Amino acid sequence: MVEVKHISYAYQNGRGKVLENVSFSLEPRQCLAILGNNGAGKSTLLKCIDRILPTKGASVTVDGKEAFAMSNREMAQQVAFVPQHTAALHMTVFDAVLLGRKPYIKWDATREDRRIAAQTIRQMGLENDSLRNVSELSGGEAQKVMLARALAQQPRLLLLDEPTSDLDPRNQHEVMQTVRKIAQEHDICVMTVLHDLNLAIRYCDRFLFLKDAGVYACGGREVMTPENIEAVYEMHVHLETYMGIPVIIPFPDV
Amino acid sequence: MNNSFKQGADAYEGYTLRKKLTLLLSAILLVIAALYAVGVGSIQIPIAEILRTFVGRGDPLSRTAILNIRLPRVVAAVLVGAALASSGVVMQCVLRNPLASASTLGVSQGAAFGAALGIVVFGGGVVNPAAAASAIAIDDPYIVTICAFVCGIFATVVIIAISQMKKEIGPGGLVLAGVALSSLFSGGSTLLQYFTDDTKLGAIVFWTFGDLGSTNWRELLILAVVLAASMIYFMCSHWDHNAMEAGADTAKSLGVNIRSVMLISMGISALLSATAVSFVGIISFVGLVAPHIMRKFVGNDHRYLLPASAIAGALLLVLADTFGRSVIAPVILPIGALTAFLGAPVFLLLLFKGVKHSG
Repeated sequence: MVEVKHISYAYQNGRGKVLENVSFSLEPRQCLAILGNNGAGKSTLLKCIDRILPTKGASVTVDGKEAFAMSNREMAQQVAFVPQHTAALHMTVFDAVLLGRKPYIKWDATREDRRIAAQTIRQMGLENDSLRNVSELSGGEAQKVMLARALAQQPRLLLLDEPTSDLDPRNQHEVMQTVRKIAQEHDICVMTVLHDLNLAIRYCDRFLFLKDAGVYACGGREVMTPENIEAVYEMHVHLETYMGIPVIIPFPDV
Repeated sequence: MNNSFKQGADAYEGYTLRKKLTLLLSAILLVIAALYAVGVGSIQIPIAEILRTFVGRGDPLSRTAILNIRLPRVVAAVLVGAALASSGVVMQCVLRNPLASASTLGVSQGAAFGAALGIVVFGGGVVNPAAAASAIAIDDPYIVTICAFVCGIFATVVIIAISQMKKEIGPGGLVLAGVALSSLFSGGSTLLQYFTDDTKLGAIVFWTFGDLGSTNWRELLILAVVLAASMIYFMCSHWDHNAMEAGADTAKSLGVNIRSVMLISMGISALLSATAVSFVGIISFVGLVAPHIMRKFVGNDHRYLLPASAIAGALLLVLADTFGRSVIAPVILPIGALTAFLGAPVFLLLLFKGVKHSG
């Protein structure tokens, strides 16, 4: 169980508040989609939760433990973050995934660290590429490496910033299926920023709409209504079901 | 299932073993090159005689030549090369800039300005009438060394202060600040050179050529201690540096305090390179090129890249110096120019060949 309370953030250049008093909670195995327009503060929210950006008076508890009171190392054992754009990694897949063991490593990676890295690589289906350079991989494979690196941290909370951006449709679905599987199999909470509403409604079970620096709506499938989407994205939409799959069709000109 | 976990980890063990072998091989190469370098000179000393001297059984003449002249020079090349290369690899990592090195942070230009200041203002360099053949000599080397060191460090202190005052400034901004400071110091050196007399001008120019022959055992001991302490810190923080290769946000989410790692690593790199440069003068390109050469062989993993770069820097400098001493002997070519002459083509060759990163 992850509880996020009172997250507020303002840029120092006086552009006003990006987030104000954002609070919500999430159960293990749940995948939360963070939705909202560009500049709504979705990525900022993730970075505040992972303490990459400093917040005052906020609280994030993971399984009842206050994450903001933890040391950097302890925090990294509880929370993993995959940024939207990662630097071109000039290292092998194995080395990149082994980096995820950093919060546990004292002097050097142990046999156990290497075993966990190898296991994670296999779970993500990357075992044939483990000694290939990450920069040689396709976008989808590289994104899986980033997910594997975060999984090797063995976190209780996984934060993903637009994991499907830069990916072709097939890889978008593959990555989201993997994310869902991760949440289920590893019994962890996942929060992901998504721009694609159809991916969100298909693969996530909780939804958080950000608007005007605050939470516009938060909840299960019941908050994914055309009214909420229209209010947040300022765009007319239809919500249909096709072969049992919910589909959101936008009508921007209406 | 368990077998394939093992396979993945085992394949990785094999892969790291190759890197360890590369390290071992380059270390052996360095030892051979250093022994060869000790033998080369106005009197050729065979390797057997060098080894006999090391165990205290050599004849007095070669003993004097080796212990007082050749060996300090070769040891200086090894230590300075290792110092410049390891500080280069760390700066390139923490500033996330492949062009970072002692010169990018203004350390070299600061040291050159300091040396000029020491020679012109504090009278560190004067004509030595006894040695008319080599009219230019630096009579009071310590004042020049100290001035060079202080100004080299000063450049870094300014940059660290800038980054503390304006916290939003990123690694790119710090590199630009280093470039600006370098220009400032170069301008200062030019002014000092313009207003000084010919003798001191000669001494300044001579200093900036770089000279491995002017060091004594005491200076080498200081450099060795600084190098050893820095290497211990760098090796202890190699996982922090590895994480920073993956980008700032990733490193932060892995629990790295990137701000303090960046500042401490930068400070230690500057200290190390300023120590080396203040003893031997400007030696360009080693700090930049050695890490890039070794990246092609051992990849970006700092566990291997750091020692490999140190060995490569040492090897590069030993080879360059040996070449400079022997090619038109008895004239000794300036080491600073030679490192650029040898390093730049190697660097360009690697770029054009496009050898892929092995790790």
